[in-house]
Amino acid sequence: MRVPRKLGSTENMISFVKRFLIALIIIAVLYALNLAMSKEGLFGFGVPLYQVDLWKMAGINIILAVSLNLINGFTGQFSIGHIGFMAVGAYSSTFMTVYYTQGLEQWLAGILGASVAAAIVFALVIIIGALAAAVAGLIVGIPSLRLRGDYLAIATLGFAEIIRIVITNMNKIGGATGFRGCVDPITNITCSDPALGRFTIPAYTNFFWIGFLAVITIVVIYNIVNSDMGRALISIREDELAAQAMGVNTTRYKVTSFVISSAFAGVAGALYGHWRLPHPNDFTFVRSFEIIIMIVLGGMGSITGAVLGALVITFVPEVLRMLPGGVYNYRLVIYALMLIIIMITRPQGILGNYEIASWLKRARKRPEGNATVGGSTGAPIAEQSDSTKKTDKELENR
Amino acid sequence: MDTFVQQLINGLNIGAIYALIALGYTMVYGILRLINFAHGDIYMVGAFAGYFIALKLGLGPSWGGLLFVLVGSMVVAALVGMAMERLAYRPVRKYARMTSLITAIGMSLLLENLFVALFGGQGRGFPQLLTDTTFPLFGNAAISKSQILIFAVSIALMVILQWIIFKTKVGTAMRAVSFNLNSAKLMGINTDAIIMFTFALGSALAAAGGVLTAQYSPTIDPLMGITTGLKAFVAAVLGGIGNIPGAVLGGLLIGVAETMVVGYGSGIGIQSTYRDAVAFAILILVLLIRPSGILGTTVQEKV
Repeated sequence: MRVPRKLGSTENMISFVKRFLIALIIIAVLYALNLAMSKEGLFGFGVPLYQVDLWKMAGINIILAVSLNLINGFTGQFSIGHIGFMAVGAYSSTFMTVYYTQGLEQWLAGILGASVAAAIVFALVIIIGALAAAVAGLIVGIPSLRLRGDYLAIATLGFAEIIRIVITNMNKIGGATGFRGCVDPITNITCSDPALGRFTIPAYTNFFWIGFLAVITIVVIYNIVNSDMGRALISIREDELAAQAMGVNTTRYKVTSFVISSAFAGVAGALYGHWRLPHPNDFTFVRSFEIIIMIVLGGMGSITGAVLGALVITFVPEVLRMLPGGVYNYRLVIYALMLIIIMITRPQGILGNYEIASWLKRARKRPEGNATVGGSTGAPIAEQSDSTKKTDKELENR
Repeated sequence: MDTFVQQLINGLNIGAIYALIALGYTMVYGILRLINFAHGDIYMVGAFAGYFIALKLGLGPSWGGLLFVLVGSMVVAALVGMAMERLAYRPVRKYARMTSLITAIGMSLLLENLFVALFGGQGRGFPQLLTDTTFPLFGNAAISKSQILIFAVSIALMVILQWIIFKTKVGTAMRAVSFNLNSAKLMGINTDAIIMFTFALGSALAAAGGVLTAQYSPTIDPLMGITTGLKAFVAAVLGGIGNIPGAVLGGLLIGVAETMVVGYGSGIGIQSTYRDAVAFAILILVLLIRPSGILGTTVQEKV
């Protein structure tokens, strides 16, 4: 148990100032990176557009992987429907910007200037996307989280596919052709004649937004995992029956973590929607698999691992594009082979349960000489679980 | 009435294909508790194997040719299934189940991308191995020769499967392994060989489904297994995963439900474009009411 610090103590003040400074530095770095990635570049130093797109995709994948890790890695509930919530976030937020917020933005731009107005509106629609995804998560989560193991996985997969098919059949948001082009205002059918009124999804998303929200996601999930709630979630992962017997309200915690995870998927969706224009084919179950691959590859139950996995899965197929002619056609085959080989040779993922934050903490503590052996109070509790033990248990249960 | 009969025939037809594929999912799950996501791609491999056998041998419409293509593709798929098990699934079997699952997803990606790289992503016309004629039943309802073929072959294969599982020594061993892998091993059963045999059996059934589908609607492409495989998997869960009659029942149910939505959905406000959602909607309803599937048995969780 942590001893609560007294309010207004000097220690508290110092810690607050330190955190504030760290936040400022992160924002400044992101802002500089954003400038470097814009068309003009920073001090004449620019990043090629193709690489900018990759970094943006990496950021979105980090949000998806880290948020899915809360439910799959820390709560131990296997969901393969994460992309469905991203779709809800993408479509609900772009729906707002296409049909409702343009008047608001113009009005705000008159008072505060165009860029500030765009930022306010974007923040607003991201929140709307997150809320919509959270509501979807609640609707999906309450019935499905009664199911266990593979059945839960299948139910979430089914819900995600239903979400996608429903979106495909909604003409108001573009239907099967994606949220682009235009819609006939009278018949409500998608068309190709721009004179009938094009959808205009403003391109709000830039690297700053993606990076900023990825950092927020990591911080929020890290704090959840290292809080009372995180302990409850990990106890559910380790043994649900035992957790229940110890008085943990398992259903409530499972649904809560599912809703939080969905909300972040919605954020990722809102970012994606205002960058690439959403299309139903972007949200198939194959993409859900991809997110799961990220967290398993990086190491289940490690936030650092999820980030690493997201980076690897984003960049490896692109690096393989550099292969020479004859091999180039087989790049996705090589990618799939690599995945299988990693699973065979390193089943716990690249990092296992390793967490970079706990390493930093330990390194800081060592000079003072109070690093405790095993179960130190500072180390994230997530590390204390033993993945090999779990495997044995699972084998026994069969 | 005749439209209803027609829809029913079409539905049972698609359902029979789903059932053939679902059997493979359910057998592997019953033994390894592994959702073999690459199984849908084995169905695709089967269709491609049939295509190349027919093409290389220059087979025309004849019963012998059809039978040869069918058996040939089943053998090829069985070999692919066994190789898959031996090279990818066996090394990860001792680890956590999540690892096996990711390996299965990797295997699925591997097969799809390999076939795209080798043969291109565009569709290919499957050679005609059957001069298709339709027999009128009554009214406007009719049944075509290839539809009869699908029924006949799938029923025959299911009977053979039932015989293998319940009347042969291998089948007894399979049931023992699915009951408890470790005890079966202690009883002197070569579990590795039995698991491999299960993969071979399931893959052969999926390949038969692939050839029959290609014969009925003659375009094949490397990604044809994704949607069909997913629906067959849903069928297996619907009937109660691990349960063989359940897989057949689930497959037929989903096939009929799909065609009925296409045929009658517009009358009750469901567009035919929702046909793909039907399988999942039924699945979720069944899971919520009876989580173990229609014919599945619930296992009491022990502390």
